[in-house]
Amino acid sequence: MRWPWIVLAVIGLAAVGIPLVAGEQVADFSVALRPPGVGHLAGTDHSGYDLLVRTAEGLRVSLLIAVVCAVVATVLGLAIGVAAALLGGWVDAVVMRLVDGFNALPHLVVGIVIAAMWRGEPLAIIASIALTHWPAVARVVRAELLAVADAGWIQTARLAGASRWFIARGHLLPAVTGQALVAMVMLLPHAVWHESTLSFLGVGLSPDRASLGTLLSEARGDVLSGAWWTLVVPAAALIVTALAFAAVGTLVRERHRPPVGQVW
Amino acid sequence: MDAVRLLGIRAAVAIPLTVAISAAMFWVASLSPFDPLAAYLGSNYQFATESQRAAMRAAYETDMPWWRAWWQWMGGLAHGDLGWSSTQSQPVATVLTERMPFTLLLSGAALLTAAAVAVVAGCIAGMRSGGVIDRVCTGVAVVFAAVPPFVVSLALVLVVAVGLRWLPASGAVAPGADYTVAGVLRHAILPWVALTVSQIPWLLLTTRTAVVASTQSDAVRGARARGVHGWALLRGHVAPVSVLPTLALLGTRLPELIAGAAIVETVFGWPGMAAVLVESAAALDFPLLAALTVGAALAVLAGSALSDAAAVAIDPRVRIAA
Repeated sequence: MRWPWIVLAVIGLAAVGIPLVAGEQVADFSVALRPPGVGHLAGTDHSGYDLLVRTAEGLRVSLLIAVVCAVVATVLGLAIGVAAALLGGWVDAVVMRLVDGFNALPHLVVGIVIAAMWRGEPLAIIASIALTHWPAVARVVRAELLAVADAGWIQTARLAGASRWFIARGHLLPAVTGQALVAMVMLLPHAVWHESTLSFLGVGLSPDRASLGTLLSEARGDVLSGAWWTLVVPAAALIVTALAFAAVGTLVRERHRPPVGQVW
Repeated sequence: MDAVRLLGIRAAVAIPLTVAISAAMFWVASLSPFDPLAAYLGSNYQFATESQRAAMRAAYETDMPWWRAWWQWMGGLAHGDLGWSSTQSQPVATVLTERMPFTLLLSGAALLTAAAVAVVAGCIAGMRSGGVIDRVCTGVAVVFAAVPPFVVSLALVLVVAVGLRWLPASGAVAPGADYTVAGVLRHAILPWVALTVSQIPWLLLTTRTAVVASTQSDAVRGARARGVHGWALLRGHVAPVSVLPTLALLGTRLPELIAGAAIVETVFGWPGMAAVLVESAAALDFPLLAALTVGAALAVLAGSALSDAAAVAIDPRVRIAA
């Protein structure tokens, strides 16, 4: 089952390749809102830009932001989860209350508030997504570490005289990297979804740095005049990307499934 | 009794949590580079001189530290005063009471229909797992889980409102017309369908997984061995341990429902609360934004508490864990 990787590779290639091949684009209002046909395979948008090129550029922005968000959220969650599990005591208590607090907030509402207050800043969008998604990673990492801390092989290592640092590096870290990796891949479709929603609602990226969400927000007006391709092309790119990420996530999760009932 | 105790504990936790969330909201807003004065002055902001701005700032007290603004807001809250919304030019309480019915109508109707459709489809798919119906339902649900609500909404506008001209594309009444029950319901159909479609996939997949798990349990296999099958098997043996716990989970889905409502209300110009959320955040309309975010947080906390309480009350296998 390798097809999700292949789809993902094709998406990545298209996002990088199509704008390169097409070169510099100029707005040409005389060909605005042309339906798909010869010359413009996916039609044009309301400024006369080729929609295929614009979608590929938007895809590139969306992918970049999604990956950065997922990495930042995972690193944050990993660090905080490890600190909570290893330090325990009041640190653990504070972290778990923080996780509860973040879970009590609808993520999109937090995203809208942060993105709107620093409007058009890619950093604000990344921060708003990373900030609402680290608690999930931290919770998984903490639970995994606590479950592993008393496992037979770690007690054996301790009895054999292994140092704290050796156990942390040789036994605890490998135990959580798989889960953290899975959590990161599972975050990717979320991040794509979040970013496109914020951009769609008009608090995300500006049209000159268009993401798929920005294109779809422009399609809102164009659809009313019947220009179906302005909706279909970016939406298809968005849905296929989200599905490919989700499928890859399932594959990665199955590969890293923790051994069940294995004490050693 | 366990369920009541759980609700009590959750309520006790919710109060300090809500206070903390509201304080955090004010703090984040104070860090924003945007001048809240612009929200009061609108386009006049650009033409105001520096001294005029300073005078306005003093008059509207927009330059006070965030903790003082927050404390003042809490004080107002204690008297039932939610403040004045600068973007809507109305008291916040009025904005909320005018818009609340629209949001409740749309979200409630969508949640109910989504639950009904998802449970029926999930049961059928789960009882015949691996069959044609199961594969179709699961496939459609997985694909639709990846479709953002605004794409569903725009597709509905494109096909039903623009293409077929069957239903209006936006608003809650025709322009200039009075609010009538028939008119509002007619305008509500498309947002309702969009929100319902966006909520179905998760519920359907969860129901299906629970039904499949219960059909493989010893209890159900035993019942089948005794000759119980079909509807009796579903109603008597499968549904009580799979569908009821899934329905109890509905409360934990409130964040997704709120997110979906915010998007759908914005696309369709539905005059609900979620639609003003973006507007108030963009214009730094503090009082309205604070009321909306704290209200959303309270709704989420209440939803998850009720869900857990329902799970404890329905399912004797679930034990209370604070």
